[in-house]
Amino acid sequence: MNSKYIILILAVLVIISAYMFTPKGNYETLQIAGSTSVQPVVEKLVDKFQETHPNVHINVQGGGSGLGIRTVNQGIVQIGMSSEQLAPEDTTGLTAYQIGKDGIVIAVNNANPVNNLTTDELREIFSGNITNWNQLGGPNEEIHVIVRESGSGTMQSFQNLVMGQTKIEKNAIVQSSTESVKQAVKQDPGAIGFISLVNLDSNVKALKVNRVYPSQDTISNGSYTLQRPFTLLVKGQPEGITREFIDWVLSPEGQAIVKQTKVVPVNATT
Amino acid sequence: MKDRLGEFLIEKGLFITAISSVVIILLIIVFIFSEGLPAMESYGFLNFIFGSTWDPSSGQYGILPMIVGSMGITLLALIFSVPLSLLCAIFMAEIAPKTVRKIMKPVIETLAGIPSVVYGFFGLIVLVPLMRTYFGGTGFSMLTASIILTVMILPTIVSVSEDSIRSVPSEYKEASLALGATHWQTIKNVIFPAAVPGVITAIILGMGRAIGETLAVIMVAGNVAQFPSSIMDPVRALTSNIALEMGYATGMHYSALFATAIVLFMLIMILLVIANYFHYKKKINVGGGYL
Repeated sequence: MNSKYIILILAVLVIISAYMFTPKGNYETLQIAGSTSVQPVVEKLVDKFQETHPNVHINVQGGGSGLGIRTVNQGIVQIGMSSEQLAPEDTTGLTAYQIGKDGIVIAVNNANPVNNLTTDELREIFSGNITNWNQLGGPNEEIHVIVRESGSGTMQSFQNLVMGQTKIEKNAIVQSSTESVKQAVKQDPGAIGFISLVNLDSNVKALKVNRVYPSQDTISNGSYTLQRPFTLLVKGQPEGITREFIDWVLSPEGQAIVKQTKVVPVNATT
Repeated sequence: MKDRLGEFLIEKGLFITAISSVVIILLIIVFIFSEGLPAMESYGFLNFIFGSTWDPSSGQYGILPMIVGSMGITLLALIFSVPLSLLCAIFMAEIAPKTVRKIMKPVIETLAGIPSVVYGFFGLIVLVPLMRTYFGGTGFSMLTASIILTVMILPTIVSVSEDSIRSVPSEYKEASLALGATHWQTIKNVIFPAAVPGVITAIILGMGRAIGETLAVIMVAGNVAQFPSSIMDPVRALTSNIALEMGYATGMHYSALFATAIVLFMLIMILLVIANYFHYKKKINVGGGYL
């Protein structure tokens, strides 16, 4: 009876000590956290990077652009991901590496006949001044505005790029992720929302903004204006494995993978 | 001697495990209050509770719309689910043949085991378009959220109240039947009243789950921080408010979210006190109630 307990306790102790004293010097770890829009791109990059660097352990976490900036500042992670246009005071002490440009796509239901909106019309819609699609040449259908939660990088970019100082109407439905915005738009003939170009698929219809259709080309040449940078942030100057990873991401090989994810590559440091 | 030492160790061991849950709750309370009180102090407790505008970007932290939202969703869900689940519990405990009960019990318990994200997704894909088609608007509404919650709390209320109905002593039932009462009269006037304290416990548990549910509500309620003018309007629950913005919040906003948690905590305490009062009162009235 007693020996059973002793064996159990010994087993637990052995497991704990084995865990504690495992040599960790064999591999390096790299922590990455931040914007959920940048996350899928970085995850793809990490997969490829680890093929050539099997000894590096890389963790990629979401949490939002704000969290990315905060945790990299506090030294909790080595690399933060951001999908917002960064103000200079946000990045004091940080080095920013732009890895690509993403478009913000205005998405409506596939059944919606409206094809083009101007930025002014968008501002009027999202601030609640235009409330019916027939005011825009569409059917007599109430407009249902769908936005993201305050703090989301996509939401903040939309606010900066389209709304400016105008407030988004308070009755707008709030969805907590790009996928649920897409779901809501897909089901509702009167809905309008905004998503990242990376997530665009046939479930929703992308609108032309100021007569330009969002695509990698129009974002790359700057004619589609609703675009935002995807940035990796490092505290101070990157060293060691962090440096290696960022250099690789900005290399032609890394940028080719960025391009595969529908993000427009930029090979430049900002 | 050895036995007494064993007894002593077991006694103290049990005491420590029992006290640990209390300690954990206390630690959580201390943490929530220490993080949330700064916001309440600097913004003003009354402004915070009774403010009607939630707009962190312009420094407005009024959570009354969300209190109304949480209460509204919970109340509606209880109105739908209490009659449904009580009748179901009575059927299962008193009327259903053994074979039917053997099938129904695990089915209802499975309902409790489905993760809330699945309920939310079901609501988003199936219920929201249905609501839009039949009631207009966006489909995201207080009613949609409460229907999802109704299904989620149903199994809790059914199984706990069924247990309490079954544990009413068989003498009560036999005596009533012997006096010439019909089966339904017995259920209505003898068995159910004797089981009421247990039924109230079941409703409290269901209510607790409804008010604390986050994910499914986020997906179907629309999350608009405005007073709803009807049950067809989108609302934001207190829990959703915390979950939606936690990842981004810093400083005052961060603290305001913890203050939201304090309010949620107090709300649940008040509801528990009210429910316990009724539980206690009914118990006295019944006299021989066993639960």
